[in-house]
Amino acid sequence: MRNLTPTRRTVLAGAATLAAPVLAAPAIVHAQGTTEIEFYFPVAVGGPITKIIDGYVADFMKENPDIKVKPVYAGSYVDTLTKAVTATKAGQGPQMALVLAVDAYSLVDDELLIPFDSIATSDADKAWLKAFYPAFMANGTIDGHIWGVPFQRSTIVAYWNKDIFKAAGLDPEKAPATWEENGEWTAKTLKREGDRVTSWGIEIPGDGFTYWLYQGMVAQAGGELAGDNGRKTFFNSAAAVEGLQYWLDLMGKYKSHPPGISAWGTGPRDFLEGKVAVIWHTTGNLTNIKNNAKFPFGVSMLPAHQRRGSPTGGGNFHMFKGANPGQQQACLRLLRWLTSPEKAAQWSMDTGYVAPRADAWETPAMKAYVAGFPQAAVARDQLPFAVAELSTHDNQRVAQALTDELQAALLGRKQAKQALDDAQEKATRLLKPFQKS
Amino acid sequence: MRRETVQGWLLILPALLLLVAFTHWPAATTIIDSFYTTPKGSRPPRFVGFENYADLMTDPVFWTALRNNAVYALWTIPASVILALVMALAVNTAIPGRALVRMAYFTPTMLPMIAVANIWLFFFTPDYGLFDHVLGFFGGVRHNWLGDRDTALPAMIVVAVWKEAGFFMIFYLAALQAMPPDLKECAALEGSSRWNFFRRVTLPLLMPTTLFVLVNAVINAFRLVDHVVVMTRGGPDNATTLLLYYIYEAGFRFWDQALAATLTVVLLALLGLLAWLQFGVLGKRVHYR
Repeated sequence: MRNLTPTRRTVLAGAATLAAPVLAAPAIVHAQGTTEIEFYFPVAVGGPITKIIDGYVADFMKENPDIKVKPVYAGSYVDTLTKAVTATKAGQGPQMALVLAVDAYSLVDDELLIPFDSIATSDADKAWLKAFYPAFMANGTIDGHIWGVPFQRSTIVAYWNKDIFKAAGLDPEKAPATWEENGEWTAKTLKREGDRVTSWGIEIPGDGFTYWLYQGMVAQAGGELAGDNGRKTFFNSAAAVEGLQYWLDLMGKYKSHPPGISAWGTGPRDFLEGKVAVIWHTTGNLTNIKNNAKFPFGVSMLPAHQRRGSPTGGGNFHMFKGANPGQQQACLRLLRWLTSPEKAAQWSMDTGYVAPRADAWETPAMKAYVAGFPQAAVARDQLPFAVAELSTHDNQRVAQALTDELQAALLGRKQAKQALDDAQEKATRLLKPFQKS
Repeated sequence: MRRETVQGWLLILPALLLLVAFTHWPAATTIIDSFYTTPKGSRPPRFVGFENYADLMTDPVFWTALRNNAVYALWTIPASVILALVMALAVNTAIPGRALVRMAYFTPTMLPMIAVANIWLFFFTPDYGLFDHVLGFFGGVRHNWLGDRDTALPAMIVVAVWKEAGFFMIFYLAALQAMPPDLKECAALEGSSRWNFFRRVTLPLLMPTTLFVLVNAVINAFRLVDHVVVMTRGGPDNATTLLLYYIYEAGFRFWDQALAATLTVVLLALLGLLAWLQFGVLGKRVHYR
């Protein structure tokens, strides 16, 4: 089937014509034996997520004996994307892969994906696609097609250490709600021994996902970073500059943020060690922090300026060309099973990722969980304020251009405006080939 | 005569086949690719002549990577070679626990670079990492070793030297052991000082080893980027982007085949030039017994 897919149109047509009989007669599929599908998933070997996914897959196969599913754990998000793209181009690709939602543009531009709306044609399928939070569908919707199904989704939240707040004379039950509160309160929590700061007020990671955390501040300042279907960026808009200036102010004016670049990887560890009062991090770390914190902690939405705001993040399932119609249907069944309200709720409880649909939060198990651990619902409550993660054509490169300039500003080598002007100039150049003539 | 020619070709055939398939053929196609645009989806590659090279000349990240790599090479090569020689001389003398010291020097070489990078990642962690912890006892303040433009590249250099020196030590040690002891006895009879003996006898006799080690060190200075991937991903603000890492980014993150191919050709040319310098210029001055 792989060599039968020269253009997107033929695949769409083929899928549409072949999907109906397959759906109508599952017995035929069965008679042909089992359908095998493979998906790449971004976990390094042996992590707890591996066990969870393996468990789900085993359960699914027990209920669906005609489908054989093989998950392949492929390392980081970037590794997973690299492997999936290389393998697909070589004709050996997986049928699905969970990669960052923001990589959809590049995959679509490379004509490597099959849109889900082309196979999810029954009324039940359509209803399923509509059940997800719109904020999570935004990144995967391009040119009117749906290319990504939300699964491992996250957003940024603030974690705060209640003990440190109490020791600093702050209300331990209240998180800073505005930029000013956030700056002043975290400055109060600073602990020193002589000149040496032993415990910081706040850490916002500046490596790895620099632009992501920055985008939260831009959204709070009322701005957007990209638009026009991924063809334009607004890196040097007034709100964008204001957002970066606030980050710099936390270091320079409030002095509660360690100067320079804080590491993404050590953020949670710093927090768990009591070396910092507040961190901004992914909801994906909720379970880790819950299991390892030896002090009471709170989870809150990010503070507001003009408004509240946080980008969504994390990965969507994408279906790759090379999946034959039978496999496409098998993928669809697996996804519908994995994202059913009960399973989505289970996944959210197992990992801390945000269950991507409203009815998952209405399941009895989830309700009981939230009642006992209200921190889990913060990410959901923030979703109405969430914006789509920065995503453009040639996304990795545009994001890298912004990251480089943001880091230059964080390191004090450039003023906020200058850095963002330079980032905008680079991005404009990169996006030139994608402008409509 | 003809028969011998055929036999000769047959003998080198297996090696030649592998070399052509995995070295020369990819190199040739890379050079060809560097004259074409990147194919995207249904858009095939288009011939553009030297346009990719012209673009590269205006790419600031390329120049940063080149400068970083030059600094990286200029520090790692002499540092690891000199350190290797000093360590080899140290463990070649009769000191107590010699086997243990030799093993300790060689351990970094046996560890995979990814593991090494993860260990050092902890050493460099601000506040409670090993370095800040130790410096803290002496009143040192927080250092963001990997997050600071001034210290990130030196940190990479330190890791590379630590990893490589033990490997080069093995070659020096072997050469030292193969050195006939009567030379030393002769020199002692003549009343030559230890320094004089080292400068006039040991060092010249080690020159073939030094050339070999130098060639390896130069290759490694452009080849070893695993720790960059684990520790900094080229950041902050490209402070630790080395040429090979940039090639990887261009090829497998940005999917820009044209840029990756062009960069590869530049790296190939650079390594070719260095090899020519080493064998052509330095090689002539090496004394083989």
